[in-house]
Amino acid sequence: MLIVLAVVGPALYRVSPNTMDLSMVGIGPTTTHPLGTDESGRDVLARLLAGGRVSLTVGLLAMVLAVGLGTTIGSIAGFAGGWVDTLLMRLTDAALAVPALFVVILVLTFLGPSVVTLLCAIGATSWMGVARVVRGELCVLRQQPFVEAAQALGTPQLAIMLRHMLPSIVPTVLVAATVGVPSAILTESALSFLGLGVQPPAASWGNMLSGAQTYLTSSPALALYPGLLILLTVLSVNALGEALRQARS
Amino acid sequence: MIRFLVRRLGHGLVVLLLVSTVTFAIMMAAPGGPSLLADPKLSTAERAAIEERLGLDKPGSVQYVRWLSRAVRGDFGSSFLYQTSSLATIGTRLPPTLLLAGTALLLTIGIGIPLGMAAAARPRSLLDRLVTTTSGVALAVPVFWSGLMLILVFAVWARVLPAGGAVTEGESLGVIDRVRHLLLPALVLASAGCAEVIRYTRSAARTTLALPFMQNARARGLSARRILWRHGLRHALLSVVSVIGLQLPRLVGGAAITETVFSWPGMGRLGVEAALGRDYPLVMAVTLIVSAGVVVASIIADVIQMVMDPRLRHA
Repeated sequence: MLIVLAVVGPALYRVSPNTMDLSMVGIGPTTTHPLGTDESGRDVLARLLAGGRVSLTVGLLAMVLAVGLGTTIGSIAGFAGGWVDTLLMRLTDAALAVPALFVVILVLTFLGPSVVTLLCAIGATSWMGVARVVRGELCVLRQQPFVEAAQALGTPQLAIMLRHMLPSIVPTVLVAATVGVPSAILTESALSFLGLGVQPPAASWGNMLSGAQTYLTSSPALALYPGLLILLTVLSVNALGEALRQARS
Repeated sequence: MIRFLVRRLGHGLVVLLLVSTVTFAIMMAAPGGPSLLADPKLSTAERAAIEERLGLDKPGSVQYVRWLSRAVRGDFGSSFLYQTSSLATIGTRLPPTLLLAGTALLLTIGIGIPLGMAAAARPRSLLDRLVTTTSGVALAVPVFWSGLMLILVFAVWARVLPAGGAVTEGESLGVIDRVRHLLLPALVLASAGCAEVIRYTRSAARTTLALPFMQNARARGLSARRILWRHGLRHALLSVVSVIGLQLPRLVGGAAITETVFSWPGMGRLGVEAALGRDYPLVMAVTLIVSAGVVVASIIADVIQMVMDPRLRHA
């Protein structure tokens, strides 16, 4: 529902999110601006829709990256076993022990904040959970009769991995991914809020909030909408994940 | 036990070394260099002089080794922005963060575990549903937004609590004033972690309640309350402790945001400011000290777990 709104919304609601109209600064809801305007006279509804696009895109892509990394590392560890496994899992533990937000802030300030660096940084700091789950699954799978049968038939290791084992972990990975999307969205909005994520004038729910912080006393509604939307998005993705998990068991 | 501690400390050191290498590499890869070199008024000669004074003209690996050997001795160099030693700057910012994060952690444990247990005791009861729903929402709320909303309600509309800072400027009102300033940020910081602890405690307690020794306790005729809070809690806590240990890195990240929202004079905000100002020595020092704190805290969590669970001691 929210995804649909963010995708088709800007097409239906043809008001530019970045046009400033200084004669209409900080007004309440009117017929031309259903949710009013912000401190620079920009239409709030249009910015919310545009921001939603950015937030959802970053959330999804960052998760795709994290799942890709996590699955790769997890499957190498789970399949190879031995010292490779130990090394990779130590690395995962180390990555888990680091305050990820600090590292992301660091990357963004030194490499310059852009949407691409943002989603790479988020992806690169959130693969650990997936890696652990994938490795765990593979360790169990390796003992399964059908894998042993394939090995007995002389199937090359790589083929066993790709053809026989990876397909069986797809559901698990999907569930792990739905768990990750909300946290990626939250991280994106937090960073944009700190001024390190999506840069103004482009809208994102996070940077709309940081703009609204200054005008908290005079126009609290500006701070209300983006936050509510983040909350709703995260809740609905969580509900989706929960449904997926229940469908599996 | 001793061997475990030594091994764990060794791991911790490796983690810190990794963190420092990665941070250093990121800074080296950054275009532009530190902020004071970004001044367009500087001539090439002046720029070279500054680079030489700060040792920035040497190759990255040399700089890293030199930085590391000083850092080991507790010398993190002086901050570009504040013109004081990084360690001293951090020294003034560390206590407020410890106070904030410590209070949040206490709230997390103090609220999370009892509520989780109570919810597990009567599955599907009104209390259980209420607690589960609320924690679901608390996990989905962005911390900076809940912070803003609380400021709006309590500081702007009701005017009962201050909107930010750690103490009222220019007045010494003592403990009560500090507590009033601490209340909102600590609540905000604790909320997400608390929700997670509630969920884990609830599921751990439900698994525990189904175990044979619980049935034995019931068969012995112990009261339901005693079974839950004495026998059940002890067993369920084992897995909850590890969850709390895993939350520490996120608590620190959350502290950076919470401190920014509430203009709390702590380490998190210092880190953000230093990063924005490209203050290399300060960024390195903050990242490393924060990571060290997290590593030490998770070692403590492991030790607590071992003390609580005799089975782990021989593993």
